[in-house]
Amino acid sequence: MNLEGLVPFALALVLAPLLLGVINRTKAFFAGRRGAPLLQAYYDVAKLLRKGAVFSRTTTWVFRAGPILSLAAMLGGLALLPVGGFPAVVAFEGDFVLLAYLLGVARFFTVLAALDTGSAFEGMGASRDVTFSALAEPALLLGLAAVGREAGGLSLSGILPALTAATWLSAAPQIALVAAALLVVFLAENARVPVDDPDTHLELTMIHEVMILDHSGPDLGAILYASVLKLWILGGLLVGVALPVRTGTVLIDLASFLGGLFALAVLTGVIESTMARLRLVRIPQLLVGATTLSILALILVLR
Amino acid sequence: MISNGQSVPLGDVPRVSLARFRELLRESMGAGAHVSAFFGHPEDGRLFLYAVMSHGLENALSIFATEVADAYPALTPECPPLHAFERELWERWGVRPEGHPWLKPVRWPAGGSPGVTDYFHVRGEEVHEVAVGPVHAGIIEPGHFRFQCHGETVFHLEISLGYQQRGVERAMAGGPTKRAIPYMETLAGDTTVGHATAYCELVESLAGARAPLRAQVIRAIALELERLANHTGDLGALAGDVAYLPTAAFCGRLRGEWLNLTALLCGSRFGRGLVRPGGVGFDVEPGRVAELARRAERALKDVAQAAGLLWNSPSVTARFEGMGALSKETAVELGFVGPTARASGLERDVRQDLPSGLYRFTHIPVSTWHGGDVFARAYVRWLEIQQSVAFVQAQLRSLPGGPVRAGCGKLAPRRIAATVVEGWRGEICHAAITDAEGRFASYKVVDPSFHNWFGVATAMRDQQISDFPLCNKSFNLSYCGHDL
Repeated sequence: MNLEGLVPFALALVLAPLLLGVINRTKAFFAGRRGAPLLQAYYDVAKLLRKGAVFSRTTTWVFRAGPILSLAAMLGGLALLPVGGFPAVVAFEGDFVLLAYLLGVARFFTVLAALDTGSAFEGMGASRDVTFSALAEPALLLGLAAVGREAGGLSLSGILPALTAATWLSAAPQIALVAAALLVVFLAENARVPVDDPDTHLELTMIHEVMILDHSGPDLGAILYASVLKLWILGGLLVGVALPVRTGTVLIDLASFLGGLFALAVLTGVIESTMARLRLVRIPQLLVGATTLSILALILVLR
Repeated sequence: MISNGQSVPLGDVPRVSLARFRELLRESMGAGAHVSAFFGHPEDGRLFLYAVMSHGLENALSIFATEVADAYPALTPECPPLHAFERELWERWGVRPEGHPWLKPVRWPAGGSPGVTDYFHVRGEEVHEVAVGPVHAGIIEPGHFRFQCHGETVFHLEISLGYQQRGVERAMAGGPTKRAIPYMETLAGDTTVGHATAYCELVESLAGARAPLRAQVIRAIALELERLANHTGDLGALAGDVAYLPTAAFCGRLRGEWLNLTALLCGSRFGRGLVRPGGVGFDVEPGRVAELARRAERALKDVAQAAGLLWNSPSVTARFEGMGALSKETAVELGFVGPTARASGLERDVRQDLPSGLYRFTHIPVSTWHGGDVFARAYVRWLEIQQSVAFVQAQLRSLPGGPVRAGCGKLAPRRIAATVVEGWRGEICHAAITDAEGRFASYKVVDPSFHNWFGVATAMRDQQISDFPLCNKSFNLSYCGHDL
């Protein structure tokens, strides 16, 4: 366990909700609105924690366990993420596989909780979420395998710090392909446009949002907080690969990481402001496309 | 054959045998006419069926009637557009149309509640049913939708309405009272001017009154402003349903701009208090006319930009094109009206077919498109926005002088009249029969939604259930207008 890894870990816990604020502010700017406060996600979590929860009589302990287990899985995933000049809190060979499956565990319990309600909407959302994440997973794993091979490591704390600006010079196509694939995974896994619409209230079209319709109070707060952590984890991976600033000076590396992450939030806002959502039947094509990019990167690395 | 808004003595309406009635319906539909209203009217303990047909090619309406007892062989198998009308007849008067392919309540079943009825069921592996509403996620009206699905694909959608029924038609009987106009203005809140105009033209026709020309121009301007506000709002909402932010945000604001123009005209954003029997409630002075023209021009420019983004974004057109397509044949067969019909290439527009009021003197080109998909329904709205602004601008430039309101006396006894008006959603038909004292004995309202709801169900077949909100929005039908 690396104690210095606790610094970016704590930073993530504090700053992650701000990503949502930046995305929403960007969208508001494009729509000509002032938008919600940057800190809205903090207010929302704080408000939800103060509220009571309502549980349907048809649900069981599975429904109550879902949000907590998802949040725990996200915290575990966050502990595996190296940031800037810092190593991750926990690092070992092959930890990137664990990261991918911690995301899987979080989804598994979210889906179970959704199915536990017995609602037709939540069942549809669960079915969609599982389908699309099954297609997003290979893109993530193969992309990480490609950069792992390039960097010569099997641990995220070995891979990401080994990528430097020089890697961009020596292996630009590989890194660019992986970055593109990770961007698609980032948008898909975080339920953003063009895969999902975080703003819609129409249950028939939703993917992620529809699965959590029955959660309320602290549970919903946990889900909201887990979702911003997920935004941070997948965004952190993307920034770690695409923007490898390794000066050796901790503050500069950390600042460039944070700058990259918030620039990614702005980019997400721009994407959501300039394009419509895909038809549901087209989403697998996008995800398979991302997997293809990862495979191509892997082939280039292995060549 | 009578013209739109002409009243005739009740005795002049041909009363024919049921066989002849059926023949007349078939003949006129074969000749391109369409059912505008179909209702029962009781007289001395006997029930008569009245059919009001619109003959677009002849610019005329025809009304004929027949007597029915407790049951009669249903007309729907031969004239599918009557399917909802016959269900309504059965529900309202207990007359059973035997052999109706789908006899179930259209609004409020006797002794039951809305939505409580027999639904279609699909059985088998991997088939599931999704029930939506009557309480919806958004702030919209109540209605119940049942989808029979196979995975994400919709086999069939069944729509069950009636939650908004207020009994407006019954409340109108014995009138017109002072309440009549507020009833009409709130029949469907987004079609205030449309329904109020249809009502006022009907009352004027029965009273032998005539609104001054200046009032007719102001009514037409208000009707087009209502169309502009709703069409602009619809384009924004369609963009919102595919998560296309810019047009959704801009059109949301611009809808308000058109509503503000209506407010400038009469003080109410929805045009309440404007259209009154005998004319309009408010005159407009030259200063405001210039202001209206100036702001309409600016709003059109903004809408052009916002709508242009829609047509030029591949991600948007990929969602709109090919979704929920209705062929022209289907539109004719099921009797759709308004932009829904015109998007399928059917040239059906009351302003051209059966002009009344100002539209008798000034023509507004009919905007049609082809394909009948979500894109076509959106694009027809944009075409109509441009035509409506040009029309409003022309009318503002040449506003005639004179008074804006004439007297409107008592209604003549024992007469029947029908008026049709092209509201923004399509053809609005009001029909009334007066009794021996000159009061409404029967009052019938047909909102365009009544014709078109089945279009939503038809368009959804074999579509993705996730596309339903978008497809539904492209029709944007009224629940309260249907439920009355």
